[in-house]
Order: sequence, then structure tokens, then C-alpha cells
Amino acid sequence: MPVWLELLIRVLSVVVAFLTLPLVVGQAEHKVMAHMQGRLGPMYAGAFHGWAQLVADGVKFVQKEDITPRAADRPVFRLAPIIALMPYLIVLLVIPLGPGDLVGQALDVGLFLVPAVLGLGVVAVLMSAWASANKYSLLGGLRAAAQLLGYELPMVLAAASVAMAAGTLSLPGIIEAWHPWWLLWQLPALLVFFIAGLAEIRRPPFDMPIADSELVFGYLTEYTGLRFAFFLLAEYLGIVVIAALTTVLFLGGWQGPFGLNAELGWLWTLIKIFAVSFLVIWFRVAYPRLREDQLQRLCWLVLVPVALGQLVLTAAVRLAL
Amino acid sequence: MPLSPYVPIVGLFAIAAAFALFSVAAARLAGPRRYNRAKLEAYECGIEPTPQPVGGGRFPVKFYLTAMLFIIFDIEIIFLYPWAVSYGMLGLFGFVEMVLFIAAVFVAYAYVWRRGGLDWD
Repeated sequence: MPVWLELLIRVLSVVVAFLTLPLVVGQAEHKVMAHMQGRLGPMYAGAFHGWAQLVADGVKFVQKEDITPRAADRPVFRLAPIIALMPYLIVLLVIPLGPGDLVGQALDVGLFLVPAVLGLGVVAVLMSAWASANKYSLLGGLRAAAQLLGYELPMVLAAASVAMAAGTLSLPGIIEAWHPWWLLWQLPALLVFFIAGLAEIRRPPFDMPIADSELVFGYLTEYTGLRFAFFLLAEYLGIVVIAALTTVLFLGGWQGPFGLNAELGWLWTLIKIFAVSFLVIWFRVAYPRLREDQLQRLCWLVLVPVALGQLVLTAAVRLAL
Repeated sequence: MPLSPYVPIVGLFAIAAAFALFSVAAARLAGPRRYNRAKLEAYECGIEPTPQPVGGGRFPVKFYLTAMLFIIFDIEIIFLYPWAVSYGMLGLFGFVEMVLFIAAVFVAYAYVWRRGGLDWD
């Protein structure tokens, strides 16, 4: 196969995943939340249990007027939604689906690239907040920036613990080194990573930056139509990415219980990703929003020390083995 | 000749940019464009907008403090990564050194905590 064709297939598969997985997770969220709250959720679009609701939403967003407020910083305001989408898309490229070549692009420094690229999210949020020239946007954006920066520390520390346990930064390499007893050994890191991941994608209970009841819609207040849809898409893509990273780093990725990893590895990965995504949705239904001071305290006084402790524990166990 | 592993990233960037430009253009064609002065004002729950922070307003210094603490700790974490990867080769020396390093980080952390740097209110 010519190199360019292989390249094209790899990149296009990632684009397909980028266009479908968020829709699946979004639809699952509609339905799971509805059932957990004893209601029906969308039922009309597409006839069968409203399966086409999000497609209909997309069409609606395209038809809406694209408004840029007069006082806004136009180029920055317009660029921000696209920047918000980029990091998750690029992370999707390096996440291995199965053993061997079943990955968009295997990188030796995958685990280093992921937090580096996810860090772009802060820039997008600050761009949208600052350029909107609206006080709710500014407040929401500052909260989001403080939250994203704060929670990046425990997240990266937890990831470093796995990197040390596996002795590599390559994501496929980490999965190959993974062993079921890591579930126990790396449990604190797993919990820290998942909670920090929830905060990174600003999902409830960490949706203080959006906080509809006090900030209108945070840094998204001034956005309409498709640009708003981009932020929404970034949120659902974020769920997929955080679930996938949790799967790859802590749940063994393509490793399954029946020893058919070469054939069924991709299926294990997808099952685990959707299971973690389900958990993310469940958290939204189960917990009320954290206040800003509680949010910061959880990060700095609980997650960071736990992650540092886990790092020392990992080092000690590695030394003992 | 094998391609650099970063070529797909650049390719994905290009495709994502094309996707974004295409959909924004499609929205421009499909969406209405009706001028309305009130629509272009800053949104404020439907009331007359009070002065908005054009070009950045005043905001609590706590956010700045958080960002500053983040920078300090983030740089320390970056030092942990190469150590974590080559840990197998370093043995006891690597362990002792890093426990000392983490202890030093922890002293700084405890200092910030005691001085109230981590208290939000």
C-alpha cells in the first residue's frame, strides 16, 4: 500500500471516529439521564426512541444566525470554538484501538503529547471568555481556566505514575505492560485521573464555569449557531477522549479476559470506553455542582497529595519487584 | 522512506481546519442574516446591559494566584516524566533522588498551604 494512501486511511478513520463517537455518547447521555430521572428523553426525531435527535440538533445549529457581538474581539471570538475542538481531535489520533497497527498514529511520546495538546483547551476557553466582552463570559472563562490549570496537575501526576509502572510513554507500550493487578496497585491514580478528567472536560459536578443558574452560560454565553455547536461537540468528544485515556492508561485498553486480544482487542477497547463514558454520564445525574472553593480545595488538598503519594508508592513497588 | 510520525498530526490539523471552514461557510449560507441592534449587544438576561468588561475588566486576584501556582508545580511535574520512564535503569539511586525531590516539592506545597495560598475565600 502506498504511504500516502495508508496515511489517508488512518487520518480519515480518526475523522470518522470524531464524527460518530460523540453522537453515540451524546445520544446515550440523553437516554441514560432520562431513564435515571424517570422520564422519556427525546422520542420523536428519527421515529425509534428519538435516535436522530442529535443529527436534527446539528441541522438546526447550521440554520441559526451566526452572531458576533459588537464589542467582541472578532477574530479571536470566531477562532475560539475551533481551537476548543482541536486538542481532543489530535488526542484521538494517538489512542490505540487494538494491538499492532490499529492506532491512528503510534507515538513513542504519546503520553507526553496528550497532556501537552489537552493544555490547548485553556487557551480556547480564555480566548472565548476574553473576546466575548461580556462579564458572564469573563467570569466563566476565568473559573474554567483556574479549574483546567488546577486539575491538570493531578491528572498529569497520575499519568506519570502509570508511565513509571510501564517504563514507557508510548500508549500501546503501556497497554502491553499492563497487568490486571494494576487495577489494585494503581487504583488511587485511576480515581485521581478520572476525577481530574471529569474536571478537565468541565462536566457536572465540575461545571462551575458554565453554571447556568448564575452565569447565564459562562464563556459560551455569546455564542450562537454552529460556533456554539463546536463547543458542545468538544464537550462530548472530551467525554470520549477522557474515557479512552482512562481505558488505555488504567483499564488495560485492548486486553480482555478470554485471550483473544488480537482479534477482539478493538471490541474490548470500545466496550471499556463506553463503560467509562456511562460512568461520566452517571456522575452528572448523581452529584450536585461543586462550589468554586470546594472545587479548588478538592484539587489542591486531596487530588494532588494523593497523586504524589501514588507516585512514591509506584516507585517503591517498582524497586521492590 | 518511512514518514515522520508527526505527519498525520499535521494532516489531521489540515482536515480539521477544512471541516471547520466548510461548516462555518455552510452555516453562513443556510442561516438567516437579519440586522438588529439589540442582538449585537452583550447578553444580559434581557435587561439593558450594564457596562461590560471590554478589553478585560477587573477580576479577583485568586485566579492569577492559581495560575502562578500551576506554573510552579507543572514545571516540577515535567521533571518527573523522564525520571519515570528511565526508572528501571536508575534503581535505588533513582528512587532516593526522586523521594528527595518529591519531599522538596511537598515542603513548598505545605508552605503555600500554610500561608493560605490554597484557600479560596
